[in-house]
Amino acid sequence: MAKTETTTPDAQPTTAAVPLTPIAALAPAIGWLIPGAGHIIQKRWIRGLLLMAAIVGMFAFGVALQGKVYKPNTGDLLDILGFVGDLGTGVVYFLARIFEWGGTSITAANADYGTKFIVVAGLLNIMAAVDAYHIAIGKKP
Amino acid sequence: MILALQLSHFSAAALFALFFSVVFGITQRSTTNEMVRFGAYCFAMAMGGLFVAGWAMWLLHH
Repeated sequence: MAKTETTTPDAQPTTAAVPLTPIAALAPAIGWLIPGAGHIIQKRWIRGLLLMAAIVGMFAFGVALQGKVYKPNTGDLLDILGFVGDLGTGVVYFLARIFEWGGTSITAANADYGTKFIVVAGLLNIMAAVDAYHIAIGKKP
Repeated sequence: MILALQLSHFSAAALFALFFSVVFGITQRSTTNEMVRFGAYCFAMAMGGLFVAGWAMWLLHH
């Protein structure tokens, strides 16, 4: 009986494993803690500074508009998600909690805008931290 | 309370568009040229959407 050779292209891995280097672990962590710093430590100065200005600026405007800074909570789902979003800004969030920046309740339209600014600043910072990781693993120049 | 800023809906939305466009431009594209173009595109679309929504609300109101 003749031996038949079978090939299974589907069995091959589609993505190569990414080695976990110190910078690949450090860049997103630093980038989360200090907005833009994940890029700055990889010598992407302009990108890092622009990200920092945009994210910290957005947070600052949110606070100035008397937006609510969410605390850890187990209440309404939207409040929990608000806290997760706020936490995305890293050290800026902790400073806001320490110095009690922002409003405690949303009583006016401006405060509602401010609350959204603060939450979105956190979400944008998470995007920036993921981008810093992609640079660290060489996926992006 | 550090300061209480009052912004119109338009000013707040324009600021929002500016900040998120910067981040989207940098994070969603690979080269500098593409980053600038995509950031500008995001900002233009957000501002365009703002004007369209504003006029739509005006038409609904009147």
